[in-house]
Amino acid sequence: MPETPPMTPPMTPPMTPPWTPFALFGALAVLAWGAAALDAALAGGRWPGIVTGPLRGAARELVRQRRRTVMPDVPLVRAGVCALPAAAVLAAVVLPLGERPVADLSVGVVWFNAMEVCVWWALWLTGWGVNSLHPLIGGYRFVAQGLAYELPHMFALITAALGAGSLRVSEIAAAQRGLWFAVWMPVAFAVYLVSAVAMAFWGPMDRPVGSDIAGGVRAELSGPDRLVFEAGRYLLLAVAAAAAVPLFLGGGVGPALPPWLWTALKTVAVLAVLVWARHRLPGVRMDRFTRVSWLVLIPVSLLQLLVVGVVVL
Amino acid sequence: MTAQQVAFWALAVVSVAAGVAVFTVDSMARATLALLVSLVCVGLILLLTGLTYLGVLVILMMVMEMMVMAVFMVMYMMNPGGLMPMKMVHNNGGAMAVAAGVFVLLAGGAFLVPWPVRRGGLPADPTRALGVAVMGPKMLVMMVVGVAILATMVATVVLAVHRGRGDRPGDPEAEP
Amino acid sequence: MTPQEFLLPAAALFAVGLYGALSQQSIVMLMMGLELMINGLVLAVGGFWRLVAPAGADGQVLILVAVTVMALEMAMGFAVTTAIFRAREVDMTDAAGDLRG
Repeated sequence: MPETPPMTPPMTPPMTPPWTPFALFGALAVLAWGAAALDAALAGGRWPGIVTGPLRGAARELVRQRRRTVMPDVPLVRAGVCALPAAAVLAAVVLPLGERPVADLSVGVVWFNAMEVCVWWALWLTGWGVNSLHPLIGGYRFVAQGLAYELPHMFALITAALGAGSLRVSEIAAAQRGLWFAVWMPVAFAVYLVSAVAMAFWGPMDRPVGSDIAGGVRAELSGPDRLVFEAGRYLLLAVAAAAAVPLFLGGGVGPALPPWLWTALKTVAVLAVLVWARHRLPGVRMDRFTRVSWLVLIPVSLLQLLVVGVVVL
Repeated sequence: MTAQQVAFWALAVVSVAAGVAVFTVDSMARATLALLVSLVCVGLILLLTGLTYLGVLVILMMVMEMMVMAVFMVMYMMNPGGLMPMKMVHNNGGAMAVAAGVFVLLAGGAFLVPWPVRRGGLPADPTRALGVAVMGPKMLVMMVVGVAILATMVATVVLAVHRGRGDRPGDPEAEP
Repeated sequence: MTPQEFLLPAAALFAVGLYGALSQQSIVMLMMGLELMINGLVLAVGGFWRLVAPAGADGQVLILVAVTVMALEMAMGFAVTTAIFRAREVDMTDAAGDLRG
């Protein structure tokens, strides 16, 4: 076996200051709040209302009574609803806040992907458990959408890892000191953004919670369940936007400002683009997206992977 | 007992208990979720042993795989919600006896066989060791796996699709 | 830790899976039993890699193959179930007894 380069052992990530988990959670909460406020602003809201709106909505749901359906599978609904924000936060622990993430796993990219696919279960369990027609349809819609976006998404993630020669997210960010990956692998970046929108069932790809089926998965949720679900949805969107920064936009690299501020600025920019896209792009049905995804996105992302592989060699 | 051992036994007990739950709960959604819990616990045990990549890979693959399984379970079982409990087993006693016998045999073997002592130390990066192995000395294994995956893809489509090869979606006579 | 500690839960998982594979009438439930059996195998191999031969990558490659086998087994199983269900509207092993060779 050839010699292995000196690396940190896989199970002992470098220690980060104990306050970083709180910083991560606070940053995600602010981002989710900001996304909700911007969404309200683009929908035509007025100034103070758009900022206080999400908070007032949260307070209203906290005191509202839960809606009851006939013979629900309550443990499964609770598991599904709580899994949504949990998956988003767990996926975010490998993303660098500036230079170091909360947990710098040696297989950070795979961990991020593994936590994201838990969203499939979160939505399907919620849709199944409440024992109602429209949520069930919404749950199945998301599984169909998941099967469509997941393969191009994986190829986009792997392309960034291949370009850096590492699965560690902080090393992928560090490999872009010269040139952002978004510049020399634009196809992978575009595929990542499309699949991130699909993963967060946001904007053009919000059929799983679409208005044509009365709100889909969340149709029967009210009270605390609804609050946790909506918070998880915005958290997921924020995490999907935040992951684009270390993977494709150079992480915390930038002139004059400290790394954490650059990371925050870039994340806000990506998040704003995603929120804006919801109000400017037409909706895409998941069966049509499947066709596009498998016939166009998978081949082009494989070609991008090949190009990057040749360049790296 | 070290903290690692406590975590190991907790995960092992949950894994086996979830495995038993797969065949005792009525709802198919719960059965598939129980199987997922069992598989994810083994993935976490792999993380504990230092197999970081394989542990996370098992979690990633099993979460997706069990989601697909749940869809098929609900599609084919006559009572997916478990609202009317029914027992769908054959030769229950015999199967129980065989399973118990196999467990005694395996567990007995585990304690009676003198296992060899450890040779060599942990690699600095098991993920790298795995990558070097499958791209070097173990490449034949990966090539066989690749061909097997391709053969499975072709075979499953042939078996599961009702249309013939010449039919295209949209042909009026091809629609069922 | 010792190999026995890994092999005991692995044997339990294998036995539970074997019970399911032998006793369940539905093909889909039967496949869940098979998945549990392979799950036990993965656990045992992980233990052996750590405690007997960590230097070589043989254990890791074996886990990779086992996980692939799980996916392939499931894909083939569902394809066969779909074919049988299309042909005669059943999903039970007992109803397909005439396929006995």
